[in-house]
Amino acid sequence: MATITQTLPRTRSWRSGAWDWITTVDHKQIAKLYLFAAAAFFAIAGLEAMLLRTQLAVPDNDVIGGNAYNQLFTMHGVSMIFLAVMPLNAGFFNLVVPLQIGARDVAFPRLNALSFWLFLFGGILLNVSFFSGAPDGGWFAYPPLTEKAFSPNTGMEHWVLGLAVLGTSSIISSINFIVTVLNLRSPGMRLTRMPLFAWMTLITSFLIIFAFPPFTVAAILLLTDRVVGTVFFDASAGGDPVLWQHMFWFMGHPEVYVLILPPMGVVSEVIPTFSRKPLFGYTAVVFSGISIGFLGFAVWAHHMFAVGLGPVANAVFTAMTMLIAIPTGVKVLNWSATLFRASIKITTPMLFAVSFVGLFTVGGLSGMMHAASPVDLQHTDTYFIVAHFHYVLFGGSVFGILAGLYYWWPKLTGRMLSEGWGKIHWFLMFVGFNLTFAPMHMLGNDGMPRRVYTYAAGQGWDGWNLVATAGSYLTAAGFLLFVFIVLKGMRGRQEAADDPWDGATLEWATASPPAEHNFDVIPTVGSNRPVWDAKYEGADAPVKPATGAVHIHMPPSSYWPIVVAAGLALGAVGVIYFVPLSIVGLLITFYAIFAWTQEPTEVGAR
Amino acid sequence: MVGTIPPAGTGVVGGVSVLFGLSAPGVRNSDSRWRQRAARARLALIAATGLLLLTGCGELPQTIMQPAGDDARLVQGLLMPILWIALVIFVLIEGFLIFSMIKYRRRPGNEDIPKQVHGNNRLELLWTAIPAAIVLVIAVMTFKTMAVQAEAPGEGALVVEVSASQWWWEFSYPELGVVTANELYLPIGREIDLRVHANDVIHSFWIPKLAGKIDVVPGIENRMKFVAEKIGRYQGQCSEFCGIAHAQMRLLAFVVTTVEFEEWAEKQLTGPSAEAAASAGAGIFAAQCAACHSIQGTAFTFGQIGPELTGMGLRETLGAGTVANTPENLADWIREPTAVKPGALMPALGLVEDDISAVVAYLEGLR
Repeated sequence: MATITQTLPRTRSWRSGAWDWITTVDHKQIAKLYLFAAAAFFAIAGLEAMLLRTQLAVPDNDVIGGNAYNQLFTMHGVSMIFLAVMPLNAGFFNLVVPLQIGARDVAFPRLNALSFWLFLFGGILLNVSFFSGAPDGGWFAYPPLTEKAFSPNTGMEHWVLGLAVLGTSSIISSINFIVTVLNLRSPGMRLTRMPLFAWMTLITSFLIIFAFPPFTVAAILLLTDRVVGTVFFDASAGGDPVLWQHMFWFMGHPEVYVLILPPMGVVSEVIPTFSRKPLFGYTAVVFSGISIGFLGFAVWAHHMFAVGLGPVANAVFTAMTMLIAIPTGVKVLNWSATLFRASIKITTPMLFAVSFVGLFTVGGLSGMMHAASPVDLQHTDTYFIVAHFHYVLFGGSVFGILAGLYYWWPKLTGRMLSEGWGKIHWFLMFVGFNLTFAPMHMLGNDGMPRRVYTYAAGQGWDGWNLVATAGSYLTAAGFLLFVFIVLKGMRGRQEAADDPWDGATLEWATASPPAEHNFDVIPTVGSNRPVWDAKYEGADAPVKPATGAVHIHMPPSSYWPIVVAAGLALGAVGVIYFVPLSIVGLLITFYAIFAWTQEPTEVGAR
Repeated sequence: MVGTIPPAGTGVVGGVSVLFGLSAPGVRNSDSRWRQRAARARLALIAATGLLLLTGCGELPQTIMQPAGDDARLVQGLLMPILWIALVIFVLIEGFLIFSMIKYRRRPGNEDIPKQVHGNNRLELLWTAIPAAIVLVIAVMTFKTMAVQAEAPGEGALVVEVSASQWWWEFSYPELGVVTANELYLPIGREIDLRVHANDVIHSFWIPKLAGKIDVVPGIENRMKFVAEKIGRYQGQCSEFCGIAHAQMRLLAFVVTTVEFEEWAEKQLTGPSAEAAASAGAGIFAAQCAACHSIQGTAFTFGQIGPELTGMGLRETLGAGTVANTPENLADWIREPTAVKPGALMPALGLVEDDISAVVAYLEGLR
């Protein structure tokens, strides 16, 4: 046997001390942090949704009232997008990508930690706004409604600065993953042999770097309108509220693909594994992902068909939007074709992944309807749109994420989640989800606008609203069951096999959970299914046994990332409440960055 | 009232009862308890489905599926073919997924490796081409519809200026000199040239049965044209989130004959009777209300901040569709507007009850 020495021989567990968590730069630990924090924010945002549905259960209801309703629907949208689905995706990037490409960690481990802490603090900054009045202008924050004159409390400041901090986190993490994917692939892993999930991570990361900077500029302009008294979006002083809409949706629409592409990557892994077949049309699926990414930047004004951009602009954006149906259709058909003449093992991840395809298809088809701008002029801002994007982002993204959690749980914890309970969980979610959102198609067609906290009886909306509310309770029951399943899955011995699902990609060629250095020897790859080919096609094992003494260099822990993040968060709070505080925050940030650069990169060198 | 139950609705319910009738005899003939119980559960399920469909149908005052205007009809004509195409794709895809999950599921003990198919360029090219062809068809239909919508309104269109504020609508007819609020009158068959303006934040004007929506954006004049094709009462409401009372920024449109429309316009300009003008309520209105509210045909035409109150007694609702226009509700409104419509910008004036009654009598008398 070979001897493996490494610079950080500690093994960690769920019970290890807080200090380890605060200073960790291990991508697998950071994945746990991401998933756990995002799940907590998901729970908050889900609770908000329950309150919204409760308020809408019957006509002329007054359980929470308009003021609370407007804050809650704003925070529900912002949280689900930026604090739940995005960081859940980031959790998977962290957990899966280095393993799939055969790397020891990400390219910049400390930056990785910084991304997480910025996300956490940004999320907290958004949520503490409930104490002083949360933002209540919708996640899209259209001025003039979000200008100081119409929204005088500090909610919008929390929104702007919270999103600025979150955006910084996302950009840093995207750069990190682009570099990781491009530079740290193991020998033999050409881009054309890279697993689909790593591909979708790469595309998503590029989307984030292009989408977030313009949005951050817009948010800062809105902030100066509110705090300094500029008039960028104030029409009465010559500003332009429509400019905001362009700048917002230039991020807002690619953001949808940021939310859906990684779960598309997840199902592109899960469906082939449980079909015992390769993904049908690997190249086509990769290229449709890339073209969705490009087209995603050319369709933003389909959110603005009713704004009055004129027939030419509306026609162009209609055409561009419809084009997206082509690569999307290709993906759906390729996933479906993978099932053809397969040997399908019906497991919980597989049920969630196939549901993803079915439900996402519904969202895609309803999207075709309001891609046509004349139809959109009837559908926009109605419940039809709410139904549409929940089929994409819940039936799609969230089901994909759940598939991923069940699938990669052994790599995360070394344990399996219960298959029996998991299938019940899937059933509750599938029924609850459809009961909640399918009726919203009817509500929208029957003229119920979005973002109304109350409606009169006699509109033909009562029945469907009650069904939707009942469905949302059932969905919530599904999530409660999932919490139980996860708690159950965290106890007991670590007994998951290294390759419990008969997988095809490199993460199944290492232990469950992997050692801190992932692989004793960096794998060598000869195809896009190295592990499968070694098992069934007589190819060489991708991970060779180590021979002789191997020294593995791993980065040491660091507390500077959390200090940088805390300084920036403090700076943001200062902008809202007490400006000198923000100077203190920035000084902390600068000092921490300096100290970071002086840190030794080897343990014991200090 | 328009928008009664469509015949299709009764058809569905009838269909459910047919199902009910068909399955019932089988239940009685069976002597197995288990089968009886199963049948009862099935009946309950069918009954529940029927109930669901019933609650889903009924009167649909804001549905886009019963157009009464040319624009709404045009849009429905575009939506339906897309809907059918979508439905066919839906059935094919979902059907294939369910079929595969059943047909190709792995039986216990089956360790066979299926044929490793990595793809098929021809097939993939085909199913890139098919969505592309479908998209092309839909795009052509869409552009045809857009071309009709983009035509400028013709000569002789009735210009209606819409002015949106938090949380009410003002409608003015420059041609007639009439200004009114929240309840719109439109002559049947005449083209309407709608021009919308915002006074504060962004709103969106929408009467689903007549036409699609158009955003009302500060600093921009947006236009929309349509022809109302059926006599009736139509509901609409603001559909761009505009603050606390967004849900209660509703409006009504009455499509009437040309003669009725002209009578209505004339009535708006006439003003109250001499008796009403001399009433106690008129005096209180002058002192308390006229700074913000105008009434045509009286001396009170300078108030600009609040909704025009001309013909108040004829209106169906108060507070832009918040409550029915009854003397009790109007008194409640004057006493404490935000108690009726949370967020309403009109202040409580602190009038004594006698004064409130007098103003209510005066306003309800404006017909």
